[in-house]
Amino acid sequence: MSKVRVLVGTKKGAFILTSDGKRKNWEVSGPHFAGWEIYHVKGSSVDPNRIYASQTSGWFGQIIQRSDDGGKTWTPPGSNPEDLKSPEGFPKGESNKFVYEGAVGTHKWYDGTQHPWEFKRIWHLEPSLTDPDSVYAGAEDAAIFKTTDGGKTWKELPGLRAAKGNLWQPGAGGMAVHTILLDKNNPNRIFVAISAAGAFRTEDGGKTWKPINKGLKSQFELPDPDAEVGHCVHRIAMHPSRPNILFMQKHWDVMRTDNSGDLWTDIGGNLPTDFGFPIDVHAHEPNTIYVVPIKSDSEHYPLDGKLRVYRSRSGGNEWEALTKGLPQKDCYVNVLRDAMCVDSLEPCGIYFGTTGGQVYGSANGGDSWEPIVRDLPAVLSVEVQSLA
Amino acid sequence: MRVVIPFHLRNLARVDGEVQLEVAAPVTVRAVLDALETKYPVLRGTVRDHVTLKRRPFIRFFACKEDLSLEPPDTPLPEAIVKGEEPFLIIGAMAGG
Repeated sequence: MSKVRVLVGTKKGAFILTSDGKRKNWEVSGPHFAGWEIYHVKGSSVDPNRIYASQTSGWFGQIIQRSDDGGKTWTPPGSNPEDLKSPEGFPKGESNKFVYEGAVGTHKWYDGTQHPWEFKRIWHLEPSLTDPDSVYAGAEDAAIFKTTDGGKTWKELPGLRAAKGNLWQPGAGGMAVHTILLDKNNPNRIFVAISAAGAFRTEDGGKTWKPINKGLKSQFELPDPDAEVGHCVHRIAMHPSRPNILFMQKHWDVMRTDNSGDLWTDIGGNLPTDFGFPIDVHAHEPNTIYVVPIKSDSEHYPLDGKLRVYRSRSGGNEWEALTKGLPQKDCYVNVLRDAMCVDSLEPCGIYFGTTGGQVYGSANGGDSWEPIVRDLPAVLSVEVQSLA
Repeated sequence: MRVVIPFHLRNLARVDGEVQLEVAAPVTVRAVLDALETKYPVLRGTVRDHVTLKRRPFIRFFACKEDLSLEPPDTPLPEAIVKGEEPFLIIGAMAGG
């Protein structure tokens, strides 16, 4: 019997929601890491019992947690003194040490001056598709790090910041690598997205990166229509069977590229507003995509107080509102960029979490929804594992 | 000597109550933190920065009711701390807004 395990990161801890393949009855465990901000929790597709979590605090900084038993127990990797002893007998304890490579460099600051990079937290963890010990981590201030020893040590891939990093500028939410997409057919190809710098691609495993923002328009923020970087990309998504096709929810605009980011076109079509944060792709229908339209950049809640997921079955432009089971009055929550995901069961399940602490699930591709849990702290991220 | 660490760091280090440390003379803030991080590697980076070793902004140090947060890290700690009569306090500052 298949199962699903939903991994929820919130402002005050992590929660794990489990169900059988019917996805009707749920068990909730947590809070794990109670009181800490959990930006992201994600499992390895190679070893589903291996799960990584980004635990952060304004007081105590960054912690990486790892579970090797499907989320029952957790340990900061390498924090056992016995594990850490170097040949000289000294503890190393570097699982939360994220240090920029070489000269730290500067990026654009709000007043137009240059400002040094300062590590704040890990927003996103993307486990390797082939090795449970390898994980990519997206950082604020924007950079990508990698571990190859299960999270004990991390090393920056500095080529990303060499892609015109001096022109990147924080948005209101900071400046972070929040999306990392791996190409299952080509381990050397990775896509990332950064607010507010744009989307980037590497073809050599992360040594060098290229901005892929042609076709994006941010007329008020970036008067130069040909600006290579500086776009406020909120999220990008890919179906694993079509790695050259990407979908993007930008600050404003929903976009699509059919050539790995070389050119983007607007697919907002009949959406009531094309501002939003998450975007995701159906597990079995590569042309079916989901967004959650938000009223505006000044009012981060659904239009008219109605929480509606929009689905396009045509790869964009033609959208239908999915409302069954979702609140259709007096709803003023937001859905953050990493807080939507899909499982790989049949029919495909869709999940999203809100800043009001609800996690909604649909076991039929979005046709109808039910709240799995209603009163968590504000949800920062939602991931799902489909288990045999 | 005795050290009190904040609730969240006690959970992280999996300790209850005060932490007991052996610290060689001269006993300073730096020496205490070195000993704390050696015994509990998971706390590295949570009290002070990994690289600069500067105190994190919302962490404060108290000894014998004195705020030592802004003192140089090599300042000797009071005798009562060294002898274990009083605990050295690492506090998460009230900064919730």
